[in-house]
Amino acid sequence: MTTKEILTTQDLHLYYGSNEALKGINLSFEEKGITALIGPSGCGKSTYLRTLNRMNDLIPGVTITGTAEFKGEDLYAPNADTVQIRKEIGMVFQQPNPFPFSIYDNVIYGLRIAGERDKEKLDAVVEKSLRQAAVWDEVKDHLHESALALSGGQQQRVCIARVLAVSPEIILLDEPTSALDPVSSSQIEATLLNLRQDYTIIIVTHNLQQASRIADRTAFFMNGELVEVDQTKNIFMNPANKQTEDYISGRFG
Amino acid sequence: MNAKRQNKVAIGTLYGIAGLVVLILLALLGYILVSGVPQLSWHFLTAPAKAFTKGGGVGIQLFNSFYLLILAMLISFPIALGSAIYLYEYAKDNWVTNTVRTAIEILSSLPSVVVGLFGFLFFVVKLNMGFSILSGAFALTFFNLPLLTRSIEDSLRTIDPQQREGGLALGLSRWETITRVILPAAVPSILTGFILSAGRVFGEAAALIYTAGQSAPALNFADWNPFNISSPLNPMRPAETLAVHIWKINSEGIMPDAKAISSGASAVLVIAILLFNLAARYLGKRLYKRLTSA
Repeated sequence: MTTKEILTTQDLHLYYGSNEALKGINLSFEEKGITALIGPSGCGKSTYLRTLNRMNDLIPGVTITGTAEFKGEDLYAPNADTVQIRKEIGMVFQQPNPFPFSIYDNVIYGLRIAGERDKEKLDAVVEKSLRQAAVWDEVKDHLHESALALSGGQQQRVCIARVLAVSPEIILLDEPTSALDPVSSSQIEATLLNLRQDYTIIIVTHNLQQASRIADRTAFFMNGELVEVDQTKNIFMNPANKQTEDYISGRFG
Repeated sequence: MNAKRQNKVAIGTLYGIAGLVVLILLALLGYILVSGVPQLSWHFLTAPAKAFTKGGGVGIQLFNSFYLLILAMLISFPIALGSAIYLYEYAKDNWVTNTVRTAIEILSSLPSVVVGLFGFLFFVVKLNMGFSILSGAFALTFFNLPLLTRSIEDSLRTIDPQQREGGLALGLSRWETITRVILPAAVPSILTGFILSAGRVFGEAAALIYTAGQSAPALNFADWNPFNISSPLNPMRPAETLAVHIWKINSEGIMPDAKAISSGASAVLVIAILLFNLAARYLGKRLYKRLTSA
């Protein structure tokens, strides 16, 4: 299977002040499919994920060197449009963070602010996005009630729908199930498996079983370095690196 | 003394203190209402004040109070909102920002009579605005701005940073995230701060004595052209407010029914603030509902 690379980072370094959190990451992502980033806490996997749509811009004192390219365009070029980047590279966070609005408004928020007013079109997008996020059947009868009244798992899927509604190419997920119960987690996993044909999904997870269940490729990070990246089954069955083997066999981490 | 007993004593003491606060409040309110409400009548609420004879009202003062409140809030709220947004959302944490914050804190502890005298020297005398509603509104802005800015900044702080990330991650710009996500979510809390400061402005006397003046010239309520001197809307006319009126009749009132008028006016002041609070809370709830789930 030959697919083209959609997102590439080369020699990507990130410093918090003088502390080097990412030590030269060379990694590229192919179009479609799920890539999992795993590794012990503080290894830099979340930091790396957040460099991919420039969410680290918000943190004072961060310096980034090296290149990160999305479809051949430098994400960190001086004239790069962060707003456009984040429309194409959406993100779902660890804590479900729906806006304090109705479910309907949450999903169409990005579009409505972008100027879309056509009610029929918005309705269609809401239904499509919520179906894609596998939460439509649960919420279709109370679309106009507050999203905050939903359970954590439903909120998280509404957040996924909210990202899908602006039709990104890449979806970044930062430990999206670590605040959820096992049932909700498995619903999110099923959702992601549905989406993998249409979107490029990059997920940070602490849960190794989760990575092995859903990811096509897995990258193992440690101490700010990318140790190994390969097809998920190779990483879990036959890792090339001793550190990877120790980590996935539970010897540390 | 064992732990259980300690607990009982502590709870008892706290109940006692809370009870005392409520009692003082009720006594004050009760006194004001019991001595003031019997004076109230449609005539009292609408008639102009009389300087030497019985039977004056507080109509003009009441109108002045509301007009001044609206003007002062119109000037101070946008400035406070803007500076709070800047300070919390945009300003970098450096010595300039810290200096501004310290300045705001110092400004907020300035006695209102000092603000009044400053307003007198600057607006009334220096800028030649005379004793006028506008001078009063500017003085009240100075008085109100620091506290309002602080309270709006605190309201913004209560919104989870995750909401900001959520907005940005959807491809909203920073400004869109603030105006379309953060502010609507912060409305109830901003409104509470707004009401509290409006109540303070409405009851303020010291800052107005030397700026809006102590006289209430007769108004022609049929004339709404703000450029006419007898028009209620003219911002350049002197305007004694209800709170200033109470202070004045208590210190130098020579009408025979001064005591009754001051009691009545106090009751009107308290009731007006109460009504204002209730209405604003109701509106705030409606507004929050409209903003958060269409």
